[in-house]
Parts: sequence; structure tokens; C-alpha cells
Amino acid sequence: MGTVIVVTSGKGGVGKTTSTAALGAALAASGDSVAVVDFDVGLRNLDLVMGAERRVVFDFINVVQGQAKLAQAMIRDKRLPNLFLLPASQTRDKDALTEDGVRRVIEALRASFDWVICDSPAGIERGAILAMRHADAAVIVTNPEVSSVRDSDRIIGMLDSRTVKAERGETIPKHILVTRFDSDRATRGDMLAIDDILEILCLPLLGIIPESQEVLKASNIGAPVTMASPASAPARAYADAVQRLKGETVAMTVPTEKKGLFGGLFRRAA
Amino acid sequence: MLGLFKRRNSAPVARERLQVLLAHERALLGRSDLLGTLREEILAVIARHVNVDPDKVKVEANRNDTVSTLKVDIEIPAEGMTMAA
Repeated sequence: MGTVIVVTSGKGGVGKTTSTAALGAALAASGDSVAVVDFDVGLRNLDLVMGAERRVVFDFINVVQGQAKLAQAMIRDKRLPNLFLLPASQTRDKDALTEDGVRRVIEALRASFDWVICDSPAGIERGAILAMRHADAAVIVTNPEVSSVRDSDRIIGMLDSRTVKAERGETIPKHILVTRFDSDRATRGDMLAIDDILEILCLPLLGIIPESQEVLKASNIGAPVTMASPASAPARAYADAVQRLKGETVAMTVPTEKKGLFGGLFRRAA
Repeated sequence: MLGLFKRRNSAPVARERLQVLLAHERALLGRSDLLGTLREEILAVIARHVNVDPDKVKVEANRNDTVSTLKVDIEIPAEGMTMAA
């Protein structure tokens, strides 16, 4: 039986889809079988970030409504054979995802993959609840910025009450993944520090993904950043986060880009 | 004294504002999504008698120093009312 993880945040635009793709690809690269599931019905983007947008034939809602078998809707990654994507529907109404349908699909995926990673839509409405519903663990993606931290706090409250496990009186492990972090600005005192975020949200840290141009470049070409630029700072940070998800102890660092002295100077001048 | 002449960094301000705000919000909501639960239970009761669109049920909580208020706003379509008769 695999582990179901929800990647959530409340706030939009903080890096849920980027992180789902990168964590999924890094887990698959480590040898595990992985299904990434897009829950953002009507605004799907995980397919685009993973470079599979032209290969979508059937989607999550087709499977829920019995128009396609789960295996027909799963898209196998062209680079990593043990990485699969279940795309969301782009055209259907978000209410087409039913509680029972989601349960059946997630249980089927849990039975055949080591990891099922659910990319939550933004917000705290039905779609976000369905994405977290069957989670065994949660990754809360947070930017070092007041509105993101506030929304994370709200979604943590929902993780404590709206998941199947919470309703049974259990709690699920919840981890903070800080994205778009800038060490220099935090050191100068102009960005919330990691310790501030953890103290406010009272949860452990899964990783610190530094702000990096590599993330946009990776999405431009349709590859998770861990595949597009494996040696880059964000890719190494995601790889570390995956080791921690797998229960290993990895020293918490903020990876930095390796750049030559002159490269750094020119970049700053530009 | 030296600190007075220095521009104050913004991160400590963000931290303080969040701590104050979240203390209020957690007290009001619990960490258990009280509003979501209220919304669903209110909706279930209403739906027993009239047709309502789940998206047209809004539950809002506000709080100031002395009182907390709960605002429930339910839009019932015309045909929904005839169902109730």
C-alpha cells in the first residue's frame, strides 16, 4: 500500500504544482513508483508543468464517471517510466468530482503505487477538501510572506478536521515546504525567516526551496525542475525534501546556485 | 538608542502582525474549521426543506474587541421556495 500525500497551501501561486511535479519526479528518480494527481478541475496545469499536455486523452472525471478506465487515463512520463500523471478535466464543472469517485480512484492508486501525490487547487472550498480527503500526510507549501503564512494556518486547521483520518480521530503528519526563499533578504531582516514561519505554524520543516530562475525555465520547457536542471539549487532542495519524506535525516540547508565570481557580478549588474 | 535612527526591518513587523492576527483567527475558528462545519450543517438543514445552491450559502464570522458576530447568507431561488410549500 502506497502513501497518499496532499500538496496544499490555501493561497494560490505559491508553488503547489511546481512542488508536486518536482517531488513526484524526485521520488520516481529514487526508484519508487509515483502517481501525481491533478485536483484542479477546470484549471489543470500539472500536465503542462510536466510536459504532458498533448498526451491527455482521458482525465480524472472521465474515470470517476466510468467513461474511461483508470489505466487509460494515467499518462506515463516519457523520461521516468515509474512516474505517472492523472490529469484533471479542463472542461468539466468542478462539481463533477464526487466524494465517492475520488475515494475509489485514490484507493485504486494507493494499491498500485508507492506514492500518490495530490496537487490541490487553491482555496479552501470543495476541491481543496477533496484533494486532502484521503491523505496520509500533507505538504503545506508556504512562501515567506504574510498572506501565504496566514492561508497556510487556515489550511492546517482543515487538515486537522476534514481528512478521513482526522474524522476517525487520527492526525496525519504535516510538513511545511517553504518555497521562493531568499536567504539574503531573510538575513537582512526583510523576509520572514524560516524559524519565524515554523514558530507561527508550529509544524516541522520538509525543505527550503530557494527562489530561482531555474523553476520558470523548467516550466517553460515542461519538465519538473529536478529533471530539467538536476544540479540547480531548487532541484537539490527538492531532492533533499524527498529524502526526508522517505524518513531519512538530511541536514537542513538552503542550496545556492554555483556561479563563477564574474558570472555573479554580471548577473547583479544586469 | 542607535536602533531609533535605523530604519526598522520589515520581517519582524510581518512576524508580529501574523502572530496577533492568527491568535485571533484561531480563537474564532478553532483550529477545526468551525465555519466550514457550520456551513455544511446549516446547508443540510436548509436542503431538507428547500432547494439551495451550495455555492450560495455564505457563512462569515467577524470579531472585534467586545463581540463576535456570525453572518449567514443564503440565497434561495424562487422555485426553491415553492418546494417548501
